[in-house]
This record gives sequence, C-alpha cells and structure tokens, in this order.
Amino acid sequence: MEHLIPQLSIFVLACFVGYYVVWSVTPALHTPLMAVTNAISSVIIVGALIAASAAAGGSEISKWLGLIAVALASVNIFGGFAVTQRMLGMYKKKDRTAVKGK
Amino acid sequence: MHEALAVTPSWVLLAYLVAGVLFILALRGLSSPETSQQGNRYGMIGMVIAVGTTLIQHNVGLPLIVGAIAIGGGVGYYIARQIKMTAMPELVAGFHSLVGMAAVLVGVAAYLNPVAFGILDPATGEIAGVSRVELGLGVAIGAITFSGSVIAFLKLSGRMSGAPIQLPGRHVINLGILAAILVLVGYFVIDQSPWVFFTIVALSFAIGFLLIIPIGGADMPVVISMLNSYSGWAAAAMGFTLQNSAMIITGALVGSSGAILSYIMCQAMNRSFISVIAGGFGGGDAAAGAKGDAVERPWKRGSAEDAAFIMKNAESVIIVPGYGMAVSQAQHALREMGDLLKKDGVSVKYAIHPVAGRMPGHMNVLLAEANVPYDEVFELEDINGEFAQADVAFVIGANDVTNPAAKTDKTSPIYGMPVLDVEKAKTVLFVKRSMGGVGYAGVDNDVFYMDNTMMLLADAKKMVETINKSLG
Repeated sequence: MEHLIPQLSIFVLACFVGYYVVWSVTPALHTPLMAVTNAISSVIIVGALIAASAAAGGSEISKWLGLIAVALASVNIFGGFAVTQRMLGMYKKKDRTAVKGK
Repeated sequence: MHEALAVTPSWVLLAYLVAGVLFILALRGLSSPETSQQGNRYGMIGMVIAVGTTLIQHNVGLPLIVGAIAIGGGVGYYIARQIKMTAMPELVAGFHSLVGMAAVLVGVAAYLNPVAFGILDPATGEIAGVSRVELGLGVAIGAITFSGSVIAFLKLSGRMSGAPIQLPGRHVINLGILAAILVLVGYFVIDQSPWVFFTIVALSFAIGFLLIIPIGGADMPVVISMLNSYSGWAAAAMGFTLQNSAMIITGALVGSSGAILSYIMCQAMNRSFISVIAGGFGGGDAAAGAKGDAVERPWKRGSAEDAAFIMKNAESVIIVPGYGMAVSQAQHALREMGDLLKKDGVSVKYAIHPVAGRMPGHMNVLLAEANVPYDEVFELEDINGEFAQADVAFVIGANDVTNPAAKTDKTSPIYGMPVLDVEKAKTVLFVKRSMGGVGYAGVDNDVFYMDNTMMLLADAKKMVETINKSLG
C-alpha cells in the first residue's frame, strides 16, 4: 500500500500536466494529437515485454499472450509515430521559403 | 510487490521518468506546427528509452520478441504509409482497439503469472490486494476500449451502418453491466479465482460493444476522443500494476488529452457528454421534429459558371469545408480553386468548425494534405466575425455547422450549437449533392432558401473541378 501513494502522486500531477499541455495544443493539430497519444499510450508494450520474457517459472500461455501484446503494441507504436510524422510534414506556411521562421 | 520495487535499480526508475518527460514534450510540441515535428521525435526517443530499458532489465529472450516487434512494427508502418488522410478517423479508432487489446492481454498475462510482474504478495502467495484492484480496472478499461473502438472503426469505415442501433431497455442493461463490473472488481480483492477475473473481462468487452452501438455518425468525434481517453486510462492502470512511472505518466497524459478533446467536441455541438453516451442522435427521432414544416420552399440553383463568375469578382471568399468534402475527396480541387482565385487578387480563407469531419482537427489535416497553408485556415471563433464583410461564403460538404436555426430556433435539435455565420456573407454558394438530403442532425437549413444563396447541386469534387475550368 505504501507504494501506492508515490504512484498516485505521479499520476495526479501528470493529469494536471496533461490538462495544461493539451489545452495549449492548437486545434489545427488535434488529429495529430490523437495519433501521437495513441502511439505513446502503447508504452503498455513495457508490460507486454515483461510477460513475454518471463519464461522462467511462468506459464507458457502468459508468455504467448505477452508476445501477441508486443506485436499489437508495435503496430501502434510504429504506425502511430509514422502517421503523425506524415501528417505533421504536411502543415506548411504560406511563404514556403520561410518555413523555418520564428 | 514490495520485493519487486526493492530490486528495481535506480537507473531503471530514472530511465522511465525520462521517457515520461519526453512524452510530455511530444505533446507540448503540438502547440504549433513549427515545433510539432521535433515534439514527435521526442516521443519516439521516449519510446525507445522505455522499450530499451525493459529489454535490458529483464534479459529478454530476444529472437521471439524481435520477431513480434518486427511483424507488428512492419504492419503498423505499412498502414501508416498507405492510409488515406480521409480515412484517418477509422485508422485512429483501429489503433485504439489495439491499445485496448494489448492492455487486456498484459492484464491476463499478469494474472496468470503474477511473479514475473512482481505483484505476488510473498506473505500470502496470492496477488496483492491493491494490485488486484489495479489489474481489474486495467483489464476492464482495456476491454471496453477494445470492443468500443472496434465498433467505432466499423462505423467510421462504413463497414457497419453509421445510423444508431438502439436496443430496447439498453440503458438499464448498460447500467446493470457497469454496476456488475464494479462489484466484481471489488469482489476480486477478496476472491482472486479465475471466474471473477474473466467475468470482468467478458462483461467489459460486452459493455464497450453496447455503449458504442447506439451512437450515431454525427457523434463520432466525441466517441473517438472518448476512446482515446480510455486507452490512456487503461495504460495508466497497467502502469500502477507494474509500478512503472512511464506508463503512469503517459496514461495520465493520454487520458486527459482524450477527455479534453471530448469536452471540446461536446461544446462544439452543444451536447452534454451524457447525452452523447446515451446515444441515438442523428436517427429517426431528430428528423421527426423537422418534418413539421416540410413545405416546399423556393430556392435558387446556380451553375459552376455562375459560381466562378461571382467568386472571380469578389474581394474575399471564405471557404467552409465539411465532411462531405472529405467523402468526395475534393480537397485538392478546392486548393486549386483557392490558388486560381488568389491569382485574380481574391482573398481566400478557410473556416473550420470544430466538429466538421469525423474527428477533432480532421479538416485541418485534409487541407494541409492538399497543400493549403495552415495560416489561411481559421477556427470558428477567429473567423466568425469576418463573414459579415465577406463577399462569398463557399460552403462545401458542410451543413449543420452553418445552420442559423442553432441560433434562433429553440425547438431545433441543434439549438445552442455554435455555428459559422455564413448567412451574413453577401453571397452564399452552397455545394451539396442534392436538395433531398439533410445533415446528420436531420434538420433543414434555412440558408438553402435565402435570397443571397445559390445552391450548387453536384458531387463536391466534380463541382469544384468545373468551377476551376471556368476560372482558369
């Protein structure tokens, strides 16, 4: 139980960070926002890797479930970041020579 | 669980923290298109750190895992390259379902092999009590995300009718199942037998399915944002189980992001979150209300040549795109029209309603894809004041978001929804496939029948292409 409190603290603070960061996202980029949040929520792959690697003493089923989860999360990670990058690459300013401005 | 934490080396904890911070920076980058690509790279680095740390710490048997990553990654990358921008909503829904399924699989794996996840209480030989709550909630949210996203995917991709499907007594059934899930998660703390755990999983799959089935096409922007949020909460719950700060931070970020987007979408439709979840908008009920004044009213039909002539002689044109533009893939022709008009010295701007399209920001991506510079594209509140000065409002594939009834008619189902004031422009050119169809809300639009409105009845893409011929 005592380990729950630090975790909960991280969680609550991260919710606040998320709240402020997401409100600062420009509405024009809301679709890339959804794509990239999708990609990063696949950090769940960490859990899948642990399951897949736990051969010793663990059940065989658990290992294979982990492997499937690794594959599914990988679809998301690679697909999510790639599609976000593709979308972001399309946003251009009026003056195309001055894209790097500001 | 105490043991597990004790053996986790500090560098691992720090690495996960760094990954979490990089994910925050990834979202922060999206505050402007200029910083967004750098942000996305931070996100990728964060993911590499998180995965790399886990691989090193757990001495993973590599061949199988590399195989799984290669297969999944290859498929994901291929899809990301191939997907059409118009299909982005269903892609995102599909991806959400994978996060949900991964969460369920990880949860089941953790249940079957608690030692590996460090959640076994050495004193009792059972899964620690707190971990059971986290695990139960994690699989429940994951399963809801999965089945809900699958339905959203099927509806968005047109494989299932977008019309709301309403089962009798669904509210009672849904509330009953939700209550049952919560009770079982509580009971799971006392009794960790498989039937409890797997009943939670099964009921959660069912409720995700039942929740999304009755929701109509027009509410999809809310649904997809909501599922986005759920996929985050699922990751966070799993993060608690694994005591992994990267997962907790990410889950919280994604969860709040989706929640905020749902809120923005609800505001933009003037609908409460509850009424969206309760479902049914855009079906027969709403249409019935509008049928009262089914009197034939006079309207003016224009040709592409007329439209070209009017716009060529205008000083300013505001283009209002909607989902219909996406359906007919007219964005490239539209950008060409904008270029031709600009060559003639006409000022061209684009006005985007927050719920134009099937997901937040959908129109912006489509216009960006067609090379429309993003500083010509404006949000509702930034441009609404300009319609009164504009010579032409060119509405293409949008309908409900321009309906003045939302401002005046208290009986209208869309009353109170913020709308674009297109009727204030000197001339409204309204591209629409036919006069018969009404918007998703099933309400008639007074703009069609105004003296200064010219209806351009045709497929959006064909119409714009014909206009371009006259302009060129």
